[in-house]
Amino acid sequence: MNEATDNIIVFDKVNKWYGNNFHVLRDINLNVRRGERIVVCGPSGSGKSTLIRCINRLEEHQEGHLIVDGTELTDDVKAIDKIRKEVGMVFQQFNLFPHLTVLENLTLSPMYVGKMPKKEAEEKAMTQLKRVRIAEQAGKYPLQLSGGQQQRVAIARALCLTPKIMLFDEPTSALDPEMIKEVLDVMVEMANQGITMICVTHEMGFAKAVADRVIFMDQGQIVEQNTPHEFFNNPQTDRSKDFLSKILGH
Amino acid sequence: MAETIIFQSLPARPAPVNTEGLVPWVKNNLFANWQSTLTTLIVGGLLLFYIPQFINWAVLTATTVPNADACRAEGVGACWGVITEKYRLIIFGRYPFEEQWRPLVATILMVALLVMSCTRMFWKKWLVAVWIVVLAAFFILMYGGMFGLTEVQTDRWGGLPLTIMLATLSIVLCFPIAICVALGRRSNLPAIRTFCTIYVELIRGVPLISVLFMASFMFPLFMPAGVTIDVLIRVLVGVTLFAAAYMAEVIRGGLQAMPKGQAEAAASLGLSYWQTQFKIILPQALAMVVPGIMNNFIGLFKDTSLVYIVSLYELTGSLGLALNSDADWRPYKLEGYLFIVAIYFAFCFAMSRYSLWIEKQVNKSKLR
Repeated sequence: MNEATDNIIVFDKVNKWYGNNFHVLRDINLNVRRGERIVVCGPSGSGKSTLIRCINRLEEHQEGHLIVDGTELTDDVKAIDKIRKEVGMVFQQFNLFPHLTVLENLTLSPMYVGKMPKKEAEEKAMTQLKRVRIAEQAGKYPLQLSGGQQQRVAIARALCLTPKIMLFDEPTSALDPEMIKEVLDVMVEMANQGITMICVTHEMGFAKAVADRVIFMDQGQIVEQNTPHEFFNNPQTDRSKDFLSKILGH
Repeated sequence: MAETIIFQSLPARPAPVNTEGLVPWVKNNLFANWQSTLTTLIVGGLLLFYIPQFINWAVLTATTVPNADACRAEGVGACWGVITEKYRLIIFGRYPFEEQWRPLVATILMVALLVMSCTRMFWKKWLVAVWIVVLAAFFILMYGGMFGLTEVQTDRWGGLPLTIMLATLSIVLCFPIAICVALGRRSNLPAIRTFCTIYVELIRGVPLISVLFMASFMFPLFMPAGVTIDVLIRVLVGVTLFAAAYMAEVIRGGLQAMPKGQAEAAASLGLSYWQTQFKIILPQALAMVVPGIMNNFIGLFKDTSLVYIVSLYELTGSLGLALNSDADWRPYKLEGYLFIVAIYFAFCFAMSRYSLWIEKQVNKSKLR
C-alpha cells in the first residue's frame, strides 16, 4: 500500500489515438515514484512526447487511467487546473512569450494563477533566475537572448510555480552544440535537488549521469525500462540493441 | 605534442562600394539600368508638364472671392470662392445655421479625445472615464434639449461631425465584436464556431449599401407598432456589424499565425482560456496584423460616406447638398470635391502614420 501512494504518476493501460487510425500510445503502464528521475528515449514518432504531454493534459488520452499526484485526469477542468499547477514543463522550442520581458515571463503565472502579489512574484522570479544563472538578463526580451539562455529562462519559468513534477520535452534538441552544456548543467543541478523529473532526450550522457530509470519506447509502446547502467550495457530486446547501436555507434 | 596554434580573428572592414546616401540611392533606384532610366525620364517628363499646369490652375489664376460672376470671368482658374461661400454648409450639413457653434465644439472635443487616446502618456485607466464624458458631451451638444440648448433632431445632423462620430463609434464598437467573432471561429464549441462563421459569411456576402438599406428602411417594418429606434443608431449598428465581420477575419489571420507552442506553454503554466487569450495570444496576434487592422479602419472611415444613401448627410453628402441646390455654384463641384478630399486625406494620412508608429511600438520586443 505504501508503495502505491509513493507513486506520483500512474499510467494504467493508457491508450491514445490521433484521429481514427493513428494509435500513438498503446497500453501504457508506468509508475513513477516521488522524486524519481526518468529519461525517455526512442525513435521519432514513438510516442515519447505524447506520453509526457498527457501528464499535464496538453494531450488527452482516450482509454485507461492516468493519475497524477492522487488526482485522476479526466475532462474535469478543476482537476486539470490543479495538476497544471503541480507540473512544470520545458519545451523543445522554449515557447517563451516574446512580447514579455524575461521577468514578466516568470511572474505571469504566479500572479494570475497563484494570485501572488507582484512584489513577491518578482522576488521569487529573481531567485529562480539566479538559480539558472541568468539574473542579469531579467529586463531583456526573450528574443534578445541566445538559445541556451532562453531555455534556461524557460526552466526558471516552469520552476516559479514550485512544481512537484518537471517534464522536459527534448530540451536541448533545438540548441547550438555549444549551448547544450549550460542547459544540461542546470538540469543536473535540479535533478540533485529531489524533484520528480521526466525527460525526453537523446543526451545519453545526461541519462547516465542522473537518471534512475531509462524508458525506451517504440511504436507507442514501452519496449524496455531499466537502470541506465543496465540499459546501456545490457539491453534486453533486439529493438533497443538496434537503437543503441545507431545512436552510440559514432 | 605539437604546440597549439592561437586563433586570431580578422578585423571587420567597411564594404568596398558605398551603398548609403543620396547619390547611391538615386543611382540604384532611378537609373539602375536602361529600363529604369527610361521610366524615370518618362514619369519625370509628365510630372514636369502637369505640375506647373495644376499650380497655375489651383493657385496662380485661382480666385477666392465668394462671387460666382468672378469665377466665370475669362482666364480664371480654380474657383475657391465656392468654398468661402459654402464651407459651413459643407462642414456642418443641414444643422441649423445659428446653432453651428455646437457641432464645432463637439467635433473639436471628439478630435481632441482621439488625439489623446493615441498618445502613450494618456494610456491610463481614467481615459475610459474621459471617453464617457466626451461622448456624453458630444451628444448633448449635438442633440440639445437640455441646458437651454434647442433640440436638433438627428436627421438635421450632418457634415464632418457626423463623419467623425460614425467612424469613431463604429471603430471603437466593432473592435471588441471582431475579437469575439475571431476567437469564436476558432472555438472548440461547434455552436459558437458555426454561429460566428455564418455571421462573417453573411455580412461579407452583401454590400454595405444593402446593409444600410436594411437598417434604414426594412428594419422598422419588423418593429412592433409605436416602437421606433433612431435612424442614426440603426445605421451605426449596421456599419459596426459590417465592419466587425471584416475586422474579425483580419484578426483571425493573426490568430492563425500564432505558433501552437504559445498556447501550450500558457496552458502548462495553468493559465485559463481567457487569460491565455488576453495575456499571450491576442497581444501577439494583434501586433502581427496592425497594418491590416489600420487598413480596415481607414476603409471604414471612408465607408461612412455611404450613409448619404439613407438620407444622412455626412461630409460627402453635405457637399452634394450644398452645391446641387444652388445653380450658381453647381459648376464648381471639382473645387468642392478637392476641398473634402483634403479633409479625408488629412484624417486617413494621420491614421496611416499612426499605424506605422504603433507597429514600431509593438515590435520593440523583437529588436535584438
